[in-house]
Amino acid sequence: MKNVKILGTGCANCKNTLALVEAVAREKDVQITLEKVEDLPSIMNYGVMSTPAVVIDNVLVHAGGVPSRGKVEGWF
Amino acid sequence: MSTIPIEAPPAKLSHWLIGVALAALAWFAAYSQLASFADWLVQALSLSRQTHFGEAVHFFLYDTPKVLLLLTGIVFVMGIVQTFFAPERTRALLSGKRVGVGNVLAATLGIVTPFCSCSAVPLFIGFLSAGVPLGVTFSFLISAPMVNEIALVLLFGLFGWKVAALYLGMGLLVAIVAGFVIGKLKMEKYLEDWVQKIQAGQLAPQLGETMGWVERFEAGWAHVRDIVGKVWPYILLGIGLGAAIHGYVPEDFLASFMGKDVWWAVPAAVVLGVPMYTNAAGIIPIVEALIGKGASLGTVLAFMMSVIALSAPEMIILRKALKPTLIATFAGVVATGILLVGYVFNAVL
Repeated sequence: MKNVKILGTGCANCKNTLALVEAVAREKDVQITLEKVEDLPSIMNYGVMSTPAVVIDNVLVHAGGVPSRGKVEGWF
Repeated sequence: MSTIPIEAPPAKLSHWLIGVALAALAWFAAYSQLASFADWLVQALSLSRQTHFGEAVHFFLYDTPKVLLLLTGIVFVMGIVQTFFAPERTRALLSGKRVGVGNVLAATLGIVTPFCSCSAVPLFIGFLSAGVPLGVTFSFLISAPMVNEIALVLLFGLFGWKVAALYLGMGLLVAIVAGFVIGKLKMEKYLEDWVQKIQAGQLAPQLGETMGWVERFEAGWAHVRDIVGKVWPYILLGIGLGAAIHGYVPEDFLASFMGKDVWWAVPAAVVLGVPMYTNAAGIIPIVEALIGKGASLGTVLAFMMSVIALSAPEMIILRKALKPTLIATFAGVVATGILLVGYVFNAVL
């Protein structure tokens, strides 16, 4: 079970990222827990500068913009 | 990780190169035919440019493809340029720079670094935590939305290189001086408490992604789909409004209250611009039409800068990290800068 956090202040790109991760995980039949982190101090704790960012099992794997589908597939 | 098949990069790169070359040719061919295309279409609709409606339609049919072509071209190029200037890279370039040099560099990097107002706060704090001074950070934050490639290329396309260069110079000057002044005011204590705490904190881990040219071209194309896909309704709306002004508002009608000699026009334009929020692409067609009807360039540019740089939504976002005093100072300093730009433009042109 992977824990995936989407960091972002709720802009359209953050929602797109969340939907993409969810869709890819379902396609690949990978069990994940998806969390949205919208509160700024927590986002900044991961040290990212551009959102949306993606954290998997507490490791930052992506920052700045919606990740490409290929990239997301590579995570699972 | 290894499940993704990797295509041979050289073959793919050549596809991109040929595609981009062909697209560039088509672009230049289309761009050179804009006026005849609009004339032909107006005739085909059996309208006359002598009528208000015909003239408005002509404006719309000429400006829409022109603006869309310019926008697509520049957004593609900038999408590639931006792959060289990730925020992390810009921050590394800025950290440890002295005030002064740092402000100039920050304002300049603001043109090429990808920026979206929804990322303003993380970027702001990321800069501060890397030791970029507050004033230098503000220079970046003012320049990034205001002096952007879309504004510049549209001004260039619609008004020529002189106006675009003046806008570039003046926009950078406002960003540099405003950031410098905010730095001199020593306002670090007006950051929200949680921001002050984080300042001593950690740096973002570098993701260490290396990019080849195929990825850069792909990023350029993604940028086109993202930006053009997002702003085209604003552009159509802007050109529509512009066309209506162009066709129906009498010549020199605006000179009486948006002209050079009206001293209160510039401040009024700035105040009017704050609650309005659109992007450069939507506002410039309106600017073009206003100027055609006797509004002076300084007044209209002040309006445009105010709409883009001093937006209420961005201030609401920044409020999460800045105390009201600092937001008010930021707005005050930038507004003063824009006012000066408006008066200077009106005086010299």
